[in-house]
Amino acid sequence: MPESVILTQEDVRRAIVRIAHEVVENNRGCRDLVFVGMQTRGVPLARRLAAAVADFEHEEVPVGTLDIGLYRDDVPARGVTVEIKPSEIPTNIADKRVVLVDDVLYTGRSIRAALDALIDYGRPERIQLAVLVDRGHRELPIRADYVGKNIPTSPRDEVEVRFQEIDGSEEVVLISREEE
Amino acid sequence: MSTSSRSSAARGTGAAVQERRTVRLPPALPSFWRRRHLLDLDDFSAEEIGLVMETADAMKEVLGRQIARVPTLRGTTIVTLFYENSTRTRTSFELAARVLGADVVSIAASASSVQKGESLVDTVLTLQAVGADMLVMRHRYSGAPYLAARHSHLKVVNAGDGWHAHPTQALLDLYTIRSHLGDLRDRKVVIVGDITHSRVARSNMWGLTAVGARVVVCGPPTLMPVGLGGANGQERGDLAPTGPARVSVCLPPVEVDLNLDRAIEGADVVMALRLQLERQQTGLIPSIREYVRLYQVTTERLARAKPGVLVLHPGPVNEGIEIPPEVAHGTRSLIEEQVTNGVAVRMAVLYLLAGGQT
Repeated sequence: MPESVILTQEDVRRAIVRIAHEVVENNRGCRDLVFVGMQTRGVPLARRLAAAVADFEHEEVPVGTLDIGLYRDDVPARGVTVEIKPSEIPTNIADKRVVLVDDVLYTGRSIRAALDALIDYGRPERIQLAVLVDRGHRELPIRADYVGKNIPTSPRDEVEVRFQEIDGSEEVVLISREEE
Repeated sequence: MSTSSRSSAARGTGAAVQERRTVRLPPALPSFWRRRHLLDLDDFSAEEIGLVMETADAMKEVLGRQIARVPTLRGTTIVTLFYENSTRTRTSFELAARVLGADVVSIAASASSVQKGESLVDTVLTLQAVGADMLVMRHRYSGAPYLAARHSHLKVVNAGDGWHAHPTQALLDLYTIRSHLGDLRDRKVVIVGDITHSRVARSNMWGLTAVGARVVVCGPPTLMPVGLGGANGQERGDLAPTGPARVSVCLPPVEVDLNLDRAIEGADVVMALRLQLERQQTGLIPSIREYVRLYQVTTERLARAKPGVLVLHPGPVNEGIEIPPEVAHGTRSLIEEQVTNGVAVRMAVLYLLAGGQT
């Protein structure tokens, strides 16, 4: 399958730094800010955003992790069960500004599930969405507030975000499949 | 991408979209998990037990929330069918099902058509016909849940059958022990009491040995199953733990020691079983007093075990018989924790079976 790199390690780093700046600008500082990374690859992304913010604002933004396995709409209707990991939300998110972080925004269904999950932890003041890649093909009325890169894709393509700590390399690749 | 090209692409390749989507979602369950029923732990591998434990960790986080409720099993109907009385197991299952958002129907056999002479299979088929998806069942005869699983399409969870098995109790015991000791390989676990009549002991022996613990069972010789600890059981160690190649042997590879003072030596965990007091009438034990003298898990006896030894009991406890009150409520006792963990472990079981092969 042909694989093409759409974001190199440097591109990913720059996108993260830019998003971090946008988040701080939009929220006028870091007060009440919380990053929540969605399992699996939203987690390193959220950590990096927090590290970037700490770098230029000298403030620690708490980072949580969220597993949406229990909120998916296809168990048991479609008999899809996934492995679930514990979620960890470090602070009470009621009245906080939560930035939900995921690697790829596609149909929007994971984000729908994540919103349900987050709201079960409390009533945040705002929830914003940051993604590294928006590949289109939404099936729900959901959009991202911060986007690393918009990539037009075919539904047959696959977009893979790779992070050092999970995948051993750092890049975003587009894997296209031939027409059958 | 423009709206028009996006929608035409989506329309033109409906099937492909469907296929892609399942690939990009989070990792599915590992392929070794193919279960639809939980009947006993005798054919469970360490991997499968590990998956239940990890899933239970996630469930425990859900239970710790202010509002413990997730929509995972919305639309699933779970029936609890109990032919024997039970408070903790039944409550634990019903709570687990509700936290996962399932609909729960609970049937006590004493208040159902069973009283009018309906057979077990007919009752199960009726429940299937009215739209149940899963059946949590307790029965006083060993093997009854197997019958229900064979004669219906329901997913069956054994909540205790006769003297045979009580797999969720064993899983929650494993989970509780594991949360204190981590890896159980080569840990010494002593099970004390009426082994013969204990489904809790049977399932625990399978579960504990599957994860590599060294299990020693102890109790009055009249309450010890014949053949346990013999060659029959020892052979199993090198058999494939699952799959059709598994040779059917009926005894887990445990050691037997009838002397508690000796058995408890160096133990990491001591599990006391409930002594059914009515057994004394059947002449299997000479007197409760003698049982207490020889088999009660006392503070003095625990001193022979490893420092920090953990004490478990499946409940309900006859205080002053199996264990004295100071041990039951002491710092080493995990009895209350067992009950709390029970809900998380049962949630994990219901979740893992709900998406299993159909």
